Amino acid sequence: MNWLTNFVRPKIRALVRRKEVPDKLWIKCSDCGQMLHHKAVAEANFVCPECDHHMRLGARDRFKGLFDDGVFAELAVPAVPADPLKFRDSKRYVDRLKDTRAKTGQDDAVVVGRGRMGGHAAVVACQTFEFLGGSMGMAAGEAVIAAARAAIEDDAALIVVTAAGGARMQEGILSLMQMPRTTIAVQMAREAGLPYIVVLTDPTTGGVTASYAMLGDITIAEPGALIGFAGPRVIESTIREQLPDGFQRAEYLLEHGMIDMVVHRHELRETLVRIVGLLRNRDTRMSEVPDIEAADPEPVLPEPEIVEDDAVAVEAIPVESDVEAPDPEDDTVVEVTATDEGEAVDPPEAEPDDIEVPVAVEPVSGDETEVEVEPEAVVDEETPPVDPELEIPEPVAEDGAPKRPDA
Amino acid sequence: MRSYLEFERPIAELENKILELRQLDGDGDGQVDIEEEVQRLQSKAHQLLNETYGELSPWQKTQVARHPHRPHFTDYVEALIEAFTPLAGDRAFADDKAMIGGIGRLKGRSVMILGQEKGADTEGRVKHNFGMARPEGYRKAIRLIRLADRFGLPVVTLVDTPGAYPGVSAEERGQAEAIARSTEACLDVGVPIISCIVGEGGSGGAVALASGNKVLMLEHAIYSVIMPEGCASILWRSAEKAQEAADALKLTAGHLLELKVIDAIVPEPVGGAHRDRDRAISAVGAAIDAAIDDFAGQTADEIRRHRRDKFLEIGRVGLA
Ligand SMILES: [Zn+2]
Repeated sequence: MNWLTNFVRPKIRALVRRKEVPDKLWIKCSDCGQMLHHKAVAEANFVCPECDHHMRLGARDRFKGLFDDGVFAELAVPAVPADPLKFRDSKRYVDRLKDTRAKTGQDDAVVVGRGRMGGHAAVVACQTFEFLGGSMGMAAGEAVIAAARAAIEDDAALIVVTAAGGARMQEGILSLMQMPRTTIAVQMAREAGLPYIVVLTDPTTGGVTASYAMLGDITIAEPGALIGFAGPRVIESTIREQLPDGFQRAEYLLEHGMIDMVVHRHELRETLVRIVGLLRNRDTRMSEVPDIEAADPEPVLPEPEIVEDDAVAVEAIPVESDVEAPDPEDDTVVEVTATDEGEAVDPPEAEPDDIEVPVAVEPVSGDETEVEVEPEAVVDEETPPVDPELEIPEPVAEDGAPKRPDA
Repeated sequence: MRSYLEFERPIAELENKILELRQLDGDGDGQVDIEEEVQRLQSKAHQLLNETYGELSPWQKTQVARHPHRPHFTDYVEALIEAFTPLAGDRAFADDKAMIGGIGRLKGRSVMILGQEKGADTEGRVKHNFGMARPEGYRKAIRLIRLADRFGLPVVTLVDTPGAYPGVSAEERGQAEAIARSTEACLDVGVPIISCIVGEGGSGGAVALASGNKVLMLEHAIYSVIMPEGCASILWRSAEKAQEAADALKLTAGHLLELKVIDAIVPEPVGGAHRDRDRAISAVGAAIDAAIDDFAGQTADEIRRHRRDKFLEIGRVGLA
């Protein structure tokens, strides 16, 4: 019975759920509140047709809008030890992982796609916020490293699309170690002379921002994306005042010189293709077809990764806040002195738990409920159970003309 | 006057009893039985201290790591570095007093030494922003690390911070970018970087200085992706669960050595570095000096490759 309950039932439930997906799904825009057809939203690359709000989307949906003809191969990422710290809070980390894998159909937060963009070889590592807040643990770090290695192998542009609250607390120090590790990945790509382009999407904060997200040769952000080191609520509770309007939004970073450009999702593919072409195909006078020249017409595409998730369900967890600010007077220490009479003074009551910790504790962003319909249903419709055979892309060389994702 | 942590209360009581007796004795005529009693209490206090510090919990270590009398950056520099010549500023915006650095000699050898300074008293803590550096602090670090590289000086970093400063102006000036570039600078240079976590190693603000060839850690220091209170607030939804969070995060030197995140533990005097600051400081100095020796005769490429391989291996080996 136990065996059946624990192992068989989730699988059955997942299957049932998939079958139950209705044809018409509605998504409520978290910005304008409009109820929108899921299909229309998906066709618009998850940009609200009413108000232009850029919704969060998963890695595979993202790839469809970036790669030529939406064709890509998923890169197999080396396995990492699961739950190295045997972490448990209100829930066991292994259970959280299992649930999230089931809900998203992803192994971890970062998925790497390999293919072509405007004919140029490209490797894109994309973070899915829906996977435990996009958080960077060992698997995500390993994925970024694998992406850099694949880019070097393919002589491809390396593109990282970020979306994360920060490091994955449940992997403790090993998640922190992904900051230097992913930095090394960026260095390897740089040494190979490959362009490294970062696309910051909503939200990108914490250790992710403070490592590979801010090391791009060129840094692009999507409109309205929240981007920062500390989350707004952490800062608010530290300085105890209201934050300026638009603080930590993409446009704010642009104004403060922190990024190169803010690009609408509908222009993103075109922009990336143009940049890669400009950086890699340095003199078009020599070639008939401008932007394909640099690309290998017959790229060796890797074996697609087999996604063996029986798994299926997502629960967003709050995102880490990075820093606490101690009170100047609070040392959590009791001073004990002998008085003149030789009487010991009892140490005053100072419970360590009384330390004032002005740390914000909430998730990074306000729009936790982007999708009001059952999120797994949305995922299911857009991402049918992955059949690895179907994912093998046919490498296509394009005429080099920038192609809009919705074209 | 000595500062005691909450869990040291039984030790505090014994040591105060000793003080009391001594004072009584000073007033009287030196009775023998008081001396005996003092010695008995002293050995009992010492035993208790030994026992207590032999099995500190992660949360207790967190408190020890934050002890206000624990040696800070300035104390290490004063005791260990001859001809210390502080270098200021990031050449772009300001000089961050939370991040101190400069050139000097460690046991006769020129080094670049830098790290966070928490401050020793209330005034100092405010001046040094509790060891929470702003972007200009990390940019100063980058500048000094690259300067050391040009002159072939080993870089010593002493890490002691609750984290990088979370504030509007810090965000405005690119806190994340500054940290990322500081980590990158550590990983770039062809001189050995020896890091020692001497107090708190708080998240990205720590790793920005600790991406070194050798990462040492004082016995009761902590090093974590997030401080226990913050973790508890998020995952347990209550800062009061900090003890549980401290246990779960595996932030002690022992755990981190097991995980191969650090290379060596520098033992502290019984009762913690704050009980015998001189001994703690000289132990750190000796460990750093020995670590620099390990890279004698290595080329810049070898040093760079060593550091890169070391970080790439973390998590790939030694974990169940
Ligand atoms: Zn809308």
